[in-house]
Amino acid sequence: MQVFTCPFCGPRNETEFHFVAEAGKVRPDTTQPISDAEWATYLHTQRNEKGPVREVWMHTTCAELFVMQRDSVTMAVLGTQALRKDGS
Amino acid sequence: MTGRRLASGGLIDRKAPLRLRFDGRPYGGFAGDTIASALLANGVRIVGRSFKYHRPRGVWGAWVDDPNAMMTVRLNGREMPNVPAATTPLEDGMDVRAVNAWPSAKYDVKGGLDLFHRWLGAGFYYKTFIWPDWHLFEPAIRKMAGLGHVSDAVYDDYVSDQVNAACDVLVIGGGPAGLIAARTAAERGEAVTLVDDHPDVGGSALQEVAIAGADPAKWVTAQKAAFVAAGGQVLVGTTAYGVYDHQLVGLIQQFGFGAAPRRWRMRARRIVLATGALDRPVTCANNDVPGVMSLQGAADFVTRYGVLVGQRMAVVANNAAAERAVAVLDGAGGRIRRVDPAKGAVTVHGRRGVAGISQKGTRRYADTVLMSGGLTPLVHLWRHAGGKLDWCPDRQAYLPGKSPVDMVAVGAANGTFDLEQALEEGQTAGAGRSVTRGPTDYHLTPLWPKPGSAGRQWIDFQHDVTLKDVEMAARENYVSVEHLKRYTTLGMAADQGKTANMAGLAAMASVQGVSIPEVGTTTFRPPFVPIPIEAFHGQHAKTQWAPVKRLPLEDLHRAADAALCEYGGWLRPGWYGQGDQTALIAQEAVMARTHVGVFDGSSLGKIAVMGPDAKAFLNFVYYNTITTLKPGHLRYGFMLTEGGVVYDDGVVACLSPESYIVSCSSSHTDGVLRHLEAWRQDGNDPDRIFVHDTTQAWATVTVTGPKAREVVAALGVACDLDKAAFAHMTLRETTWQGDALRIARVSFTGDVSFEISVTASKAAALWEAVIAAARDHGGGAIGLEAVSILRAEKGYIMVGKDTDGETMPHDLGFWAPRQKKTTAFVGDRSLRSENANRTSRKMLVGLRVQDGAAALATGAHVVLPGGEVSLGYVTFSYDSPTLGHPIALALVDNGANRHGEGVEAWHMGSRQSVTICAPCFYDAEGEKLHA
Repeated sequence: MQVFTCPFCGPRNETEFHFVAEAGKVRPDTTQPISDAEWATYLHTQRNEKGPVREVWMHTTCAELFVMQRDSVTMAVLGTQALRKDGS
Repeated sequence: MTGRRLASGGLIDRKAPLRLRFDGRPYGGFAGDTIASALLANGVRIVGRSFKYHRPRGVWGAWVDDPNAMMTVRLNGREMPNVPAATTPLEDGMDVRAVNAWPSAKYDVKGGLDLFHRWLGAGFYYKTFIWPDWHLFEPAIRKMAGLGHVSDAVYDDYVSDQVNAACDVLVIGGGPAGLIAARTAAERGEAVTLVDDHPDVGGSALQEVAIAGADPAKWVTAQKAAFVAAGGQVLVGTTAYGVYDHQLVGLIQQFGFGAAPRRWRMRARRIVLATGALDRPVTCANNDVPGVMSLQGAADFVTRYGVLVGQRMAVVANNAAAERAVAVLDGAGGRIRRVDPAKGAVTVHGRRGVAGISQKGTRRYADTVLMSGGLTPLVHLWRHAGGKLDWCPDRQAYLPGKSPVDMVAVGAANGTFDLEQALEEGQTAGAGRSVTRGPTDYHLTPLWPKPGSAGRQWIDFQHDVTLKDVEMAARENYVSVEHLKRYTTLGMAADQGKTANMAGLAAMASVQGVSIPEVGTTTFRPPFVPIPIEAFHGQHAKTQWAPVKRLPLEDLHRAADAALCEYGGWLRPGWYGQGDQTALIAQEAVMARTHVGVFDGSSLGKIAVMGPDAKAFLNFVYYNTITTLKPGHLRYGFMLTEGGVVYDDGVVACLSPESYIVSCSSSHTDGVLRHLEAWRQDGNDPDRIFVHDTTQAWATVTVTGPKAREVVAALGVACDLDKAAFAHMTLRETTWQGDALRIARVSFTGDVSFEISVTASKAAALWEAVIAAARDHGGGAIGLEAVSILRAEKGYIMVGKDTDGETMPHDLGFWAPRQKKTTAFVGDRSLRSENANRTSRKMLVGLRVQDGAAALATGAHVVLPGGEVSLGYVTFSYDSPTLGHPIALALVDNGANRHGEGVEAWHMGSRQSVTICAPCFYDAEGEKLHA
């Protein structure tokens, strides 16, 4: 059981959290033509890095999204920030 | 009779005698005994049978390393299987039986299996029972396999407490190093918990002559007292069974036989591992005969239980740590003969008990053989935490290396077998400093299995894995240790290889001619000791597993004799009244069609979406266009995933240009809320949109049927209900008895319907008023089952029931937004993909059976006449009580273009002719809906 730190509520058990997406993924402008490959990349391609990663998570009990840096190998949480302040 | 009780010594209370029975015969023991120590004190040699060959087995070790003594124990009307005798405290009146043996461990009828061992080697199942078919043999083999039998009795009070706790320092193991570490940390002001799996702390201290110049027992008492005085918490009878992410340590605390253990989830800022070390067996011919025991275990039996395990003991040891144990046994009056295994191969003699030992052709009498093949530090928890292991050639053992978490190993667990050094390490670790392993005086002569040597040499005592099995596995190319383990079942017994693994690895290394570290180890996984599954769920089971959501009107439904069932996480009325369920449901459906039905719609999601950007936001998350929705109007629509698949269907109500209510499926509210929040905060300006779930704050009473308008009118609400003034898919906000009331004219049945919502506290009054008015018009309450039939007759879908993980909105006939909507919306690009434009998509259709035929089975496959290939499947089927014939909805390949085509429904080998039709069996023109 991991402990994540919600920027608003503090450290909580991982069962209170919901993974949203890898951070930095931008939705293509779908009113413009987009190739199948570009859309498929947006939908399915994950960086899935080994080591430090940046991800968007939701603390489901307060419903706030935030960015979390963690290490996908050691499971260490390196930091969390509110999403809107992060600007990603 | 070989073992005996000493006149003095040990931690037992000789003034408190206890009785037990083993395999039907009465014996005696004392308070402080384990089942194993009591049996040994009574001279019992054979305590069980091995798993495969049913060979006689004696006690090997004094604690968790014993793989042999597994019992079914009955006490006070409670029976538990697979109780490890070496770690279970004896209680008065225990009725103990060996598992895997009948009628007794001593005279086991399956003992003859051993004669066939030549044909029962590793992997014999796979080789022998492959022809003609494994399934022919499986029942008989399954019956023979397994150890104890689970009792049929259900113990309702056997429920494990679940404790969440945290500490600064968790010290695991209360031996000398652990005690000093715990005391040091506590005296520094840290919150320290010390756990030990024995009934009291002390560990290996009991075998010492003196500690820091004091009597070991007094030293232990003093350390414990100082620790507790400094605020430390001691948990005895408690095993740390696993280390998980972020320094969460699982602890299991025992409370005696038949009582559910307590599970602790202990979050420790740092962990000190003082788990000690185990003695390894020596692999030699016939080393499984009862009476062959662990040397350290034999010393433990003396110091803890006052039991001398044999009279004439041969000691086969290769290491310096053996001297202390030999001194203990010598002091207890045992006659000891040293056999140096370095001088030549050793063979144990005897069948049902040790009768001698020979080396280089010289045979000597012995009734007990005590083995010490070197100490193996208990590094299981270290590995759970992801710590590395380093091979130490001097100690011939894996020692803790680098740890990714704040965990320090001290004492024997760290390969530090010298007492002075162990105490120093404990003190250092307790003070929070890093421990550097010092030089060691410990030495040993490497003594590992020798492939090709004669005799049957046991490696895994419980699972009957011999050296020859390891050699065979290597010959058949199962050379990876993980393959070796699974092919031979080495290390897969109840002790999980605590005695077997090192010998197995070493044997494989030797066969391949490589070093032990080159072979590697298998993965160490929790739990360290067997734990009842119960301990993991505790109260979190049955109705507590996923607690249902409750309706504000539940009491009234119960009073009306509702059958309350779970629908998507909500406890809702399925139908009302006692008697034939099908008939009651049919009556309710007919009543709603001919007169009026009232049902509780409170569970429908009511998510408020507000703010200046609310409209644009909803337009983006909905497939349908929301920008054209005017205040006072409703729109049915779909939310899609980015993959274009229908995620939820529901109705959006516009209260004002900046205020909307999303009415999503009852079972989907939490998910839709997450979905909306994710898009609101990630991709939109969260300061201009506000999302708030008001589902529980409002109760909704739905009135449906030809008389619905009259029933609502009878409430006396200030609202013109005339069909011209209050059209289908519009909404009125009004008041009722001074409270806010919302009336939505929207239908899930195909008849005129009104959804009336009030604050939850007013729900009962509204329900009673509506029911009374409905009765006046020949109607009444209907349950969800009737509603489900009515909606299917009309072809209204339930997402997840009539759709699957591929269904897109145009598969359901809703293709206009896909063609006409110009603004972006979630899932839009996926609807323009090649996959979305296939003609061979599964589309929603109705199925009509032949006149007089029975209703189809839900889930039946749709196939071409005589065909074998599934074109889709039936999602809902019912013998409609209102239409008088069966109806069915189905998802069928290219279904929208096949209306009128004759196909077959295939179910469990039988076929039924059906005709594909539009998915609407009731009021296709919508006259009743708009009436």
